[in-house]
Amino acid sequence: MAEVKYSWPSRDDSRVIGQSVDRLDGLAKATGAAKYTYDINPKNLLIAKALGCPHAHCRIKSIDTSAAEKTRGVVHVEILKEAGSEIEFQGELIAVVAAESEGAAIEGRAALKVQYDVLDTFTSDEDLAAAEQAGRTSKAGGKAQTEREPGDDDDEDEFIEKEIDRLLKESAHVVEGYYGVDAITHCCLEPHGSTVEWKDGKLEAWLSTQNVSGTDDGFARDLELTADDVNVYCEYIGGGFGSKFAPDYWGISAARIARATGRPVKFMLDRDQELKIAGNRPSGYIKVRIGADENGVVKVWDSVHWGTAGFTGGGVSHTVIPYVLVPKNYRRNATAIKTNNSQARAWRAPNHPQACAMSQTAFDDLAAKMGKDSYDVFLANLKAGNVDSQQQPAVYIAEMEIGAKLIDWKAKWHPHGKGQPRGSIVDGLGMALHTWGGVANDSTCQLKIYPDGGVESFCGTQDLGTGTRTVCAMVLAETFGLKVNQVKVNIGSSKFPNSGASGGSTTVGAVTESHRRASQDALAKIFDLASQELQADAGSLEAVDGMIRVKGSPNQAITWKKACARLGMKPLEVSASHKRGDASPLSSSGVGGIQMAHVEVDKETGVVKIKKFVAVQDQGLVINPKTCKSQIYGAVIMGIAFALHEQRINDPQTGAFINAELADYKLPRLGDVGEIVVELYEPEDQRSRGVIGNGEPPVISPGAAISNAVCNALGVRVPVLPLTPQRVLEAITKQASRA
Amino acid sequence: MKAFEYAEARTEAGVLELLSAEPGKTELLAGGTDLIGLMKKMIVTPDRVVNIMEIPSLKVIEPTAEGGLVIGAAVTLDDLLENDYVREYPALVQAIRGINSMQLQAQGTLGGEVCQRPRCWFFRNGHGLLAENGTLAAEGDSRYHAVFGNQGPAKFVSSSRTAPALIALGAHLRVLGPAAEDESFLPLSEFYRAPRQAGQREHVLEPRQWVTHIVLPPPGDQHNATYEVRDSEGPAFPLAAAAARLELAGGVVRQAQIVLGQVAPTPWVSQVAADVLRGLPVTPATAEAAGQAAISEATPLPGNQYKVQLAKVAVKRAVLLAAGLETGGF
Repeated sequence: MAEVKYSWPSRDDSRVIGQSVDRLDGLAKATGAAKYTYDINPKNLLIAKALGCPHAHCRIKSIDTSAAEKTRGVVHVEILKEAGSEIEFQGELIAVVAAESEGAAIEGRAALKVQYDVLDTFTSDEDLAAAEQAGRTSKAGGKAQTEREPGDDDDEDEFIEKEIDRLLKESAHVVEGYYGVDAITHCCLEPHGSTVEWKDGKLEAWLSTQNVSGTDDGFARDLELTADDVNVYCEYIGGGFGSKFAPDYWGISAARIARATGRPVKFMLDRDQELKIAGNRPSGYIKVRIGADENGVVKVWDSVHWGTAGFTGGGVSHTVIPYVLVPKNYRRNATAIKTNNSQARAWRAPNHPQACAMSQTAFDDLAAKMGKDSYDVFLANLKAGNVDSQQQPAVYIAEMEIGAKLIDWKAKWHPHGKGQPRGSIVDGLGMALHTWGGVANDSTCQLKIYPDGGVESFCGTQDLGTGTRTVCAMVLAETFGLKVNQVKVNIGSSKFPNSGASGGSTTVGAVTESHRRASQDALAKIFDLASQELQADAGSLEAVDGMIRVKGSPNQAITWKKACARLGMKPLEVSASHKRGDASPLSSSGVGGIQMAHVEVDKETGVVKIKKFVAVQDQGLVINPKTCKSQIYGAVIMGIAFALHEQRINDPQTGAFINAELADYKLPRLGDVGEIVVELYEPEDQRSRGVIGNGEPPVISPGAAISNAVCNALGVRVPVLPLTPQRVLEAITKQASRA
Repeated sequence: MKAFEYAEARTEAGVLELLSAEPGKTELLAGGTDLIGLMKKMIVTPDRVVNIMEIPSLKVIEPTAEGGLVIGAAVTLDDLLENDYVREYPALVQAIRGINSMQLQAQGTLGGEVCQRPRCWFFRNGHGLLAENGTLAAEGDSRYHAVFGNQGPAKFVSSSRTAPALIALGAHLRVLGPAAEDESFLPLSEFYRAPRQAGQREHVLEPRQWVTHIVLPPPGDQHNATYEVRDSEGPAFPLAAAAARLELAGGVVRQAQIVLGQVAPTPWVSQVAADVLRGLPVTPATAEAAGQAAISEATPLPGNQYKVQLAKVAVKRAVLLAAGLETGGF
């Protein structure tokens, strides 16, 4: 058999790749046939409910479980935090009650008697001075870079200080700004949790996870087992966004309770617990000065930013400040604040959405100050090469041209605050741009070709709802010349070959790598078998429309089934892998995208509405335009959420996360998202780069784009996201009192 | 959820037999859209839940002899939207449409809507309706709390979406109990109260008293409207709302009823706003003046000054809409 050269078919030769294919599991999801972790109900199931700490900071004095244990229907009580423990955020789980029904578990939980010593709290993460006074801050890194280098005798800090001041003084335009974005939560529609059952000393775990292949050892480690004693299943998941990579201590608790009681246990977090403890994105607030030349090309950036990633400190990394548009001279410093909130988890494109919202707003304010079109200022900086990105400036410029046409930028643009009002309504345009990696993760695909022509793959990946299952099937169908419904894709089990966690936009590259490799390897073997029957060289064959045929002689062909029949009695089994970071003709990394927002603002109420939102995105080769676009629609909606609606609200008195319910944790509905237009940017020079993930990048720009659009409408910067009516009105009032 | 007894009444008289004289021991179940969530969080913990959805007399929408309308407490919001009689009360229709949730409109009832508990996040997080005698809201995050009538311990806002419209329209409630023979008709404007002590409800009914019907007077010339300031097209509660009913003659306001919602522990009847309009034509300027007058009574908390502006705009826009004019905003 000749060595297989892995490659994608050209655009013209592709029959399945590049076609919009419905999700294979769409109907099952829409009808409820798809079983999520929440839907797994083994016989004799116990329901576990945990008590979350009501205080944001306290010490547990005592726990009395006796009344809970006596509650009707309660079978087991487990303490997770012993008396004496310090609790540093509201919602931390203290004890779990497992019962015959959800109602009994809740009643038992209410019977737990816990006494607390309440301690001082701090949650005012926007207030740097207060945080410093409270001793809650720590340096979180920074960097300075100038074109001129300090001399040998210069004190570096002093030199930088002077150099920044000089550059600002010599700038034609200087802008001082304050921007920020509040902490938000992952708010997975399906809360974190699992249903677990012990069978013959082995753990069966239906876990809501982004990491099927990597959580069996997570359970094993904490339960003193080996990973072969654990099977993790996740066929469907209701959202993860970076927060579901581990079994978590509540998953381990479920397994312990199941072992202690000899019964299966379902332990899903309550909604408020999901928001309070199962994932949040750090806040970020920045003070910045920028200086630009007469063309709006920024020459110097000087910023300090701060924020919180919870009780451990942390915040937005300084390494992505300023964002994408980076002048040659800059100084950036970060401060981390410890607040009484749970620790942040990776949230879709960690650091980037906040960095974008804290940086590209300043570029827009520069345009406003100059009375220039924001588009031209962004363009001038791209053309000046002031770019630190994984994508080329020329690609951004091409994407901007497409976006501008789609949103009719030139016709709709007006200088900031100078639009024609309609009653109390004013409109505005804003834009932003972003970058991301999206490298293919590790992945192994095991493939079985049956003698009757059946095709089945096994891969321990997971479909976060993004269409992973469908994309795997498309790759197999493409390779074998079959229809998508003629191949069976098996994913969502840790029994299957390892595939990386779905985080960082690494899945589509991973699974298309492994499935393409395995299927090309298998096809080469089928070609060898078919070549005997067709009396042709295996290298001259192709698989098209259910046939194996000689290229250029379509009548010299046998059916796929007939070719597979030559396998004899046993199926052909092939396994192929991709290792993250290995160079490959099938995938690469590094993408860009631009987004533009057209908004309307009611100046009397401060209500902002999205009229139209355009997203132009590159991601190398697109396997399935439908699910690819769908990722971008979802990302834009998620971006509109944190731009206009979503925020964690800590009560300043008690530190409580007081809006940790879906009724109070505001998210946009369909009526709030306006018209979203998505354009996949896939010219040949991008397509030829192979597959690159696009899960993260399109969620980065909406905050900055919408903030800029609102600023363009009002002529006033509403500094901190989300742009609630309260904040919009307060910004208008502040501006009016200044005037 | 605390274990509870489930009872189903088939007649109005049967309900009374199932209700406890002790506060909090029994709860009426209609659509359940609010009650079930409160029970799951153990904010309310009744021993018995009494379903009233199977009582035929509570499901009627019937004209009265005077040309008004009687609506059973168990009529769903969707049924109201589809009813020809109800269409003659635009303020009510607009309020129901504003709820913006197919689920709430299909499942929720008018009786339940009027009686729903406050959305106050301190209450919903288990701190009680007065939330430590009002201090949690007064000193904490009060962005959604009251800007009128908040000098007492009650800082929450009355959450009913239809109450401002119903009060402006002159609705009464038919109330039964506490004794079997007791029947009364209570103006809706007198139904709500700002509780002063822990344990008091946000309405005046005693245990074993319950609402069977909402009674509306004749619709008149339909110069009425509801305007809500909402930050989302979803089922978010408004930040402020107002209903206005105008009696116009010769282009001039003879009588006006202005009722604000989501700004006080009760629906807030603004006599000062109504007074401003009397004798004047409705114009953007007079509507603005009515809004301005309304907020002369505002007493915002440290964290909710912006709601005063929203209350003003809500009044102005409700008045303009009631007069058939454009609001100039969303």
